[in-house]
Amino acid sequence: MVSTSSRSRFGTSQILFGLSVGILVVVVAVPMLLIFFNAFWVNGHFNLVDVLKVLRHPQTYKALLNSLVLSAGVTVTGTIVGTFFAWLVTRTDLPFKKTMKLLFLVPFMLPAFIGALAWKMLLSPRAGYINRFFVDVLGFDGPIFDIYTYAGIILVETMYLFPFVFIQVSGALERMDPTLEESARISGADLFTITRRITIPLVLPSILSGSLLIMLYSMAHFGTVAVLGVETGIYNIPTLIYEKIHQSAGSFDSIRSATVLATVLVLTAALILWLQNRILSKGRYQIIAGKSFRPTELKLRAWRVPMFIFCVAYIAFTIVLPTVTIFLVGALKTYGLPFTAANLTWANYHHILFEWDLTRDAIWNSVSLGFSAALITMFAGVIISYVIVKMKVRGKGMLEFLGMLPFSVPGSVIALGVILAWSGKFGVNLYNTVWIILLAYIARYMAFSLKANSAALEQVHDSLVEAARASGATVWQALKDIVIPLVRPGMVAAFFLIFLPALRELTVSVLLYGPTTRTIGVAIYTLNEDGETVYSAALAGIALIIIVLGEVLIKRLVSGKNNS
Amino acid sequence: MAYIELRNVGKRFGSVAAVDRLNLDIAKGECVAMLGPSGCGKTTTLRMVAGFDDLDEGEIRVGDKLLSSSEKKYYLPPEKRNFGMVFQAFAVWPHLSVFENVAFPLRVRKLPDAEIMARTEEALRHTNLLAAAQGSPDDLSGGGKQRVALARALVIRPDVMLLDEPLSSLDPHFREEMRFEIKDLQRRFGFSILYVTHDQSEAMALSDRILVMRAGVVQQIGTPLEVYGSPANRFVFEFIGLSSFLQAGLSPSGMQIDGVTYPWPAGLKPPAELLAGAAALLAARPTEIDFVSEGGVRGKVLQKAYLGETIDYRILVGQTELRVQKTRRVAGPAIGEHCGLNFTRPHWYALT
Amino acid sequence: MASVRIEGVSKSYAGRSVLPSLSLEIQDGECFTLLGPSGCGKTVLMRLIAGFESPDSGSIAIGGEVVASALTGQALPPDKRGLGMVFQDYAVWPHMSVFDNVSYPLKLAHTPATALQERGRRAIDLVGLGGLEARLPSQLSGGQQQRVALARALVSEPRLLLLDEPLSNLDANLREEMRFEIKALQRKLGITILYVTHDQEIALGISDRLAVMDDKGVLRQIGAPQEVYEHPTDDFVFRFLGIANFLPVRRDGAAFYIGGSSAAWIGPAPDKQADQLSAGFRPSDVLLSRSGEGLPGVVRRASFLGAQVDYLIDIAGTLIRAALPSHECLERGLLFVEGESCCVGLATVQWFIGDMASGARV
Repeated sequence: MVSTSSRSRFGTSQILFGLSVGILVVVVAVPMLLIFFNAFWVNGHFNLVDVLKVLRHPQTYKALLNSLVLSAGVTVTGTIVGTFFAWLVTRTDLPFKKTMKLLFLVPFMLPAFIGALAWKMLLSPRAGYINRFFVDVLGFDGPIFDIYTYAGIILVETMYLFPFVFIQVSGALERMDPTLEESARISGADLFTITRRITIPLVLPSILSGSLLIMLYSMAHFGTVAVLGVETGIYNIPTLIYEKIHQSAGSFDSIRSATVLATVLVLTAALILWLQNRILSKGRYQIIAGKSFRPTELKLRAWRVPMFIFCVAYIAFTIVLPTVTIFLVGALKTYGLPFTAANLTWANYHHILFEWDLTRDAIWNSVSLGFSAALITMFAGVIISYVIVKMKVRGKGMLEFLGMLPFSVPGSVIALGVILAWSGKFGVNLYNTVWIILLAYIARYMAFSLKANSAALEQVHDSLVEAARASGATVWQALKDIVIPLVRPGMVAAFFLIFLPALRELTVSVLLYGPTTRTIGVAIYTLNEDGETVYSAALAGIALIIIVLGEVLIKRLVSGKNNS
Repeated sequence: MAYIELRNVGKRFGSVAAVDRLNLDIAKGECVAMLGPSGCGKTTTLRMVAGFDDLDEGEIRVGDKLLSSSEKKYYLPPEKRNFGMVFQAFAVWPHLSVFENVAFPLRVRKLPDAEIMARTEEALRHTNLLAAAQGSPDDLSGGGKQRVALARALVIRPDVMLLDEPLSSLDPHFREEMRFEIKDLQRRFGFSILYVTHDQSEAMALSDRILVMRAGVVQQIGTPLEVYGSPANRFVFEFIGLSSFLQAGLSPSGMQIDGVTYPWPAGLKPPAELLAGAAALLAARPTEIDFVSEGGVRGKVLQKAYLGETIDYRILVGQTELRVQKTRRVAGPAIGEHCGLNFTRPHWYALT
Repeated sequence: MASVRIEGVSKSYAGRSVLPSLSLEIQDGECFTLLGPSGCGKTVLMRLIAGFESPDSGSIAIGGEVVASALTGQALPPDKRGLGMVFQDYAVWPHMSVFDNVSYPLKLAHTPATALQERGRRAIDLVGLGGLEARLPSQLSGGQQQRVALARALVSEPRLLLLDEPLSNLDANLREEMRFEIKALQRKLGITILYVTHDQEIALGISDRLAVMDDKGVLRQIGAPQEVYEHPTDDFVFRFLGIANFLPVRRDGAAFYIGGSSAAWIGPAPDKQADQLSAGFRPSDVLLSRSGEGLPGVVRRASFLGAQVDYLIDIAGTLIRAALPSHECLERGLLFVEGESCCVGLATVQWFIGDMASGARV
């Protein structure tokens, strides 16, 4: 720890600590606590009976069951898909592996609910283009696949969530010390035995870690189920919460049901994270290599080209097809028309971007909200990280806990908490304003900022600051000349880590929006709900362009900084 | 009859010859160390013997069995070669217990359970690991993990052990102890060892013979004494042990240093092919240069560092700083004094 | 240049005493090493002198000026003490070029531009990094980064240079070279150096005087390298400074025997009075021969290490280590193999009271 003269430290460190606690309590702790209070406290008494009543209501426990079934299904399929592709890309002689690896990460960039929209347009039982093609053109009796089913939801979510597993497993397989497998070979084991008894067990923690992330994300996910499940009455917890809040216009009972649901969701999420922690701490083996010999590759031989085609087909199917559909539908004059040149027009895009207030406001809201949330969280994150990493104060464990807490709390719960906290309870009513969304975003993304900034700060070893002091720099000069320049890349990373997800998110803002405070995600969703499928698609297309541009810009900026 | 034979073994990476026409015979029970700077080809050679990389030229045999041959287009994969191998980073599997780690080669060979039990216990006993057998390797120190790797390599009772820098990841204090443990095991079981290292004192302490490599080419193969005392060329001289060099003009009556002619050190003339030239390089070990009160090459003491057991001198001879090392019991001149140097075991090399 | 005077300085952390009351004086222009095992408190003392911590008691004066005093509460901040410091992990700033790193102290002192350029360049040349001014630390090797740190510490011509284990992360060859260069620099600039390390070889090779600190923070001996190595005040110093051999010697009336055996002690007579003594000596004190006057021993292990041959010899149940120059072994036929008998004479012996050899029993 860096010490300055023990007297002056007292003032600065206490201020910083107090500020950090203040931010985290107001933004994170209060909303969370209010949810629990609301769920369990009725008229000043701790009340479990009403809670159970809510839980026993068929609507509620059905939603709970659905959440479990859906996320379990997505987890299983996502894990299989992710592990398979990870293995293909790191351990075989698949052609163009580097490109494939990048392409498999693209689904991460596409918001799942936009994907769901696209698939609805393709595979809804009566109006979906693919189904219509089979029925009208090929003469089938009925749709070949109904997307408004459990299977449909699971399929769509898998497409966009498998990268969680893919990233973890391909990373582990790539960085694994090759001598772990070589020593098995020299001990007499063939490739099959090595894979079964050495490679898979060592990589299992990464697989499970990725799986649990998929499960966590799927349980907390609003968009896909909202788009695909609502027709046939498939609710999960986030969509049921939305139903309660928006359809009830603030009735006491509905809010209570929502908070009970939120509590269940939080507990499940906590359980999942605890499991993940257990697995990682017990099983995360030190398997990273120092030297750089390549691991042995499996020769696919006859399977080489077919596998390559399969991968390309998969990407075409899951990424290219929906994206193209979105853009094409967005250009249709009317939904349902076939895709001929006569039926396509730029007018929709023009209307959305330059004429229609609803969409223009939505774009503006998302951009400004994302920007502000990122900026505020970035600065708050630096201060709080500094206190946690560099200062010797009591109670910073609590700071760390508070900061990382929202990471495990699903977006719907954060939104709900923020509603409870800032709708007049403390004399401040921010409901239906942009500010309530901003507060929710800050709470949601604080953990990302803390992680990025802590990592950057940890790189700034104390000796770097002490060397500056020994060279003649005062505390402030050392901060200005040494600490801040070295922490800046982490801060920038934090900014973008928050800006892009905030720009495209739906789960939080859908519970908080008012007539003039729609975000892009909300606008796309509500347009679809209102039957304005074409405009919904057009806006989705524009959103995709903004997102991709953003991602490319970041990569350019980040790698540019790394190279200089 | 050699037990391990490497005949004209070669390997190319692109246009670079990583290993060039290497010939080596290792007898049964012999320990041979391959020594050289990083990138010299020693690890590549070891990997070819193990079978992880195939050779481009030549042949490798063990016993009467052919392992790989470029001519006959024959290649036996590593899992069929029955070697014991120990890797630099131990390569001990963290998800298996110490016992299962060591038993693995036997389980893969599908031996009966009772035999697996007995032989694994034997290997654990020889490496002092019986007490830790049921635990995880992660509970052990670096040295402990290395013993697990050794036990696992020994359990199949190999005739050949391949060791790839096995001690370089260990604490310096521990390395010496492990060196002797490996030597004891070799004596007890009688296997041959092919050992790769960049640490010359380790190579000298452990091996019966040393192979010195540079840029894929074998420089010398000999006993530690031969390689240290009679290095084949300047590279080997410099690579093994400390060295001091002095450029000397050559005249019929002796060597010329800094304008003065001195008689040939130790009465030994440089070899004929060097005598033909005008100048050559006089090389000596810092410990094999004596201070003399009369005669000797004139120099001035620039630095004198008392290092405890030894005293390290830097002597200025002409324009060259020469390093001389004596034990502390030799008084030696003080800093700034002039002195005379006598080279007791000089080596001569060409200038370039 | 300056002297350093430490008087009655002590430091505790959370109730645990790290440095008991300590007094020390470093002469102007001297290279002084603080040598001790890891965690003994030597780095704490250095940080107290640098100003990163304050002493609980006592005072520290640099060049006659009191920079820290527990009594008056005075504590001059590190940036005002006129020091140069080199850290164990180099602490070279990754976002600044070599030149900017080295010239930073001058920039802080508002040195005018031309002088800054000239002095910066000179410091870089002094450490042999000329031509690398524009490089970033990530493009330099460990040894080069260490030199940047050194140049940076020297550029403002400080009155005191503090070196905190700067060579421990370098490989053996580089370490030796750097030790050499630091010594040469010190001679050339006449600068006062305080060097902190646990490596006794560096301490011996680099210092004018050194202080040996034990793991409780107590200074056991202060003196020139040869003095401390050859005339240690106690067995801690003896053991810490190098490989220590001990033979237990028992007095029985007027005669001396080895340990519990009936083997007579043949060697220099003890200069201490006690019934149980230990004869301490270094591997280079062992005079080996095939036969003749001396203690009978059996060679348990022989290692040819190039310049020297290492022997592990069993004398009446105790193992000792001997080291002979290999050319001497060859010339005088002293290449023993395991199991051979030999004769051990001792050139010099340090006598200690008590039995120190218990660890080396066979």
